[in-house]
Amino acid sequence: MKRAIFRNQLLPWLLLAPQLAVTFVFFLWPAAQAGWQSFLREDAFGLNSSFVGFENYARLFEDPHYLNAIWVTVVFSVSVTVLAMGLSLLLALAVDRMIRSAQSYTTLLVWPYAVAPAIAGLLWWFIFNPTVGLVPYALDMVGIDWNHSLDGTQSMILVIIAAAWKQISYNFLFFVAGLQAIPASMREAAAIDGAGPARRLFTITLPLLAPTSFFLLVVNTVYALFDTFPVIDATTEGGPAQATNILVYKVYVDGFLGLNLGSSAAQSVVLMAVVVVLTIVQFRFIERRVEY
Amino acid sequence: MKSTGLAAGFAAGISILAMSPAFAVTEVAWWHAMGGELGQKLEAIAADYNSKQTEYKVVPSFKGTYPETMTAAIAAFRAKEQPAIVQVFEVGTGTMMAAKGAVYPVYQLMKDAGEPFDQAAFLPAVVGYYTDTDGNMLSMPFNSSTPILYYNKDVFEKAGLDRNTPPKTWEEVEAFSKKIMESGAAKCGFTTGWISWIQLENFSAWHNQPIGTLENGFGGLATELTVNGPLQARHWANLARWQKEGLFQYGGPVGGNDAPPKFYTQECAIYMNSSASRAGVVANAKDFEVGYGMLPHYADTQPQNSIIGGATLWVMAGRPEAEYKAVANFFTYLSSPEVQAQWHQGTGYLPITQAAWDLSKSQGYYDANPGADVSIKQMTLNAPTANSKGLRFGSYVQIRGIIDEEFQALLAGQKDAQTALDDLVKRGNVLIREFEAANK
Repeated sequence: MKRAIFRNQLLPWLLLAPQLAVTFVFFLWPAAQAGWQSFLREDAFGLNSSFVGFENYARLFEDPHYLNAIWVTVVFSVSVTVLAMGLSLLLALAVDRMIRSAQSYTTLLVWPYAVAPAIAGLLWWFIFNPTVGLVPYALDMVGIDWNHSLDGTQSMILVIIAAAWKQISYNFLFFVAGLQAIPASMREAAAIDGAGPARRLFTITLPLLAPTSFFLLVVNTVYALFDTFPVIDATTEGGPAQATNILVYKVYVDGFLGLNLGSSAAQSVVLMAVVVVLTIVQFRFIERRVEY
Repeated sequence: MKSTGLAAGFAAGISILAMSPAFAVTEVAWWHAMGGELGQKLEAIAADYNSKQTEYKVVPSFKGTYPETMTAAIAAFRAKEQPAIVQVFEVGTGTMMAAKGAVYPVYQLMKDAGEPFDQAAFLPAVVGYYTDTDGNMLSMPFNSSTPILYYNKDVFEKAGLDRNTPPKTWEEVEAFSKKIMESGAAKCGFTTGWISWIQLENFSAWHNQPIGTLENGFGGLATELTVNGPLQARHWANLARWQKEGLFQYGGPVGGNDAPPKFYTQECAIYMNSSASRAGVVANAKDFEVGYGMLPHYADTQPQNSIIGGATLWVMAGRPEAEYKAVANFFTYLSSPEVQAQWHQGTGYLPITQAAWDLSKSQGYYDANPGADVSIKQMTLNAPTANSKGLRFGSYVQIRGIIDEEFQALLAGQKDAQTALDDLVKRGNVLIREFEAANK
């Protein structure tokens, strides 16, 4: 790897300064403030605040709605990750076989990634709206009554589809690139040796895709935990009866709508800890099994 | 060094030039949550005020939804960048009132600025909501609404009902809905927006039932919810039963945004929502004639009066003295009969002063627009009692969310009406106790 050598001692710091400033102002400072606020109980205007130690955290884990939010988040993030990665892998394998139309398929499949998450959420809200949506109309003809503002399972299905839809494009791009990096000669050699397509997939393609898959696993998990906020906000707003109230959405609801800043700060600290642990686990244990 | 001196002189010159316009006009920031058509009408009011005099200038800014506007004002206060005037919805009253260092009560403001301010000129139901225990008004009423009933006259006629008679009791709502569905005139009987505001809070006030102890929270922070009484349980059980039978269709949480399309497309024949929805109804219900009526009540109770929704204007503390004179002057203008009458007629919000109501009457507005005064009549049907003055609880934005959740659980069949209301009260009281502790 080529390393850049700087003669001037100050220049590297000056070049890094903007990025460091952004990281400090937009990440480290708010995180520290959230940490501090999680130990306080204060009114919305900041006129009275008292130090209450770990009480906000203790309250969280006694609260059945917080435990419900944890469960909902687990179900949601696992489903979104599996659905997004699974479907995009299938699509990438299908496009890999094409020669001439690969470009047009790729363009069409990448297009949803350009749509802002809030707009994607709104799109799916319209399609699935019980009163004016197309899908409930079609489902009604088959005899299924779709009303995600009443049925918790249906609203979970809706947000999983809406959240995964966007991420499929991203995963697809990486999988296509990953598949192209696999030398065709290996697959041909296996075919000559008598391995069927399924065998080739599991013994050659997937192991060689492992670095890409691992990277996408980390990215998808973080996406499902954090970046799905706009999708939830535009479609179900955490409802009905908190059936889609994922952890990051609960932080917003308790902090900005409920104006309970102490509890909201505690929740965001817990969420940050969860993601840190998850990422460490992924890098320590799963990366070992990835062959580069 | 020479260039630095020149630069300094240059900067000083520019800043002196920039300063001079500030001496002429006192600017006052007004943060509000009125978008679309309502926002245009609000900006017209500010523009009219600004054009009529040269001392003060009101600068409105649209900040988003009611919760967003309130959050923005609170965050701005913490950063010492608060606006002079902020429009806060009725649900935020508890929070604003408890913030004693952050708000400048309106009665105090008007007295200090020497502006005439007669509380008796306002409609009692409006005044009652925003006064403290000593009877002093804390915020300036601006856009107040109350829920009423809209119905589809054509569907009524098709179903064999009298097109000029809205249902007056819940028993009639059930009977009319059954007849409408059986005759095939519409797919469902009725729908409603705002389950929390209309079908629980206003329902309680309309039937003179308490929502909480200590005069629905007006008496102090130690209040508790009592909205799980037998009448409310009976009503919620009925709603769940009617939803199963298809007579009632749920419009969604918070404002119930799925409800208006059901009415406009003639899927449901009866529709309960804010009087300020009138603008939307008139614009969208084009294929049929709309009738207006008061909220239904159970036949064994006499109706009391309904409570208001909407928002008021709060003045934030910590601004320069000159701005408060401007705010007081602007408030006098805002509550003048002409301005209020025009705002009421253009939007469907209530005329908050008796004079504005009388002016609209003398202009013949209600003769030309039948049903436009149902809301006022309903709100002033009787003098408010302790149960129907309004409500004032801390953390009420979250409690509204709890009400929606428990109602959804009820409709999904997860619990019965009494249990849903009991759980609602239990969860709400936890939040009220936390608010009390944080604001002692």
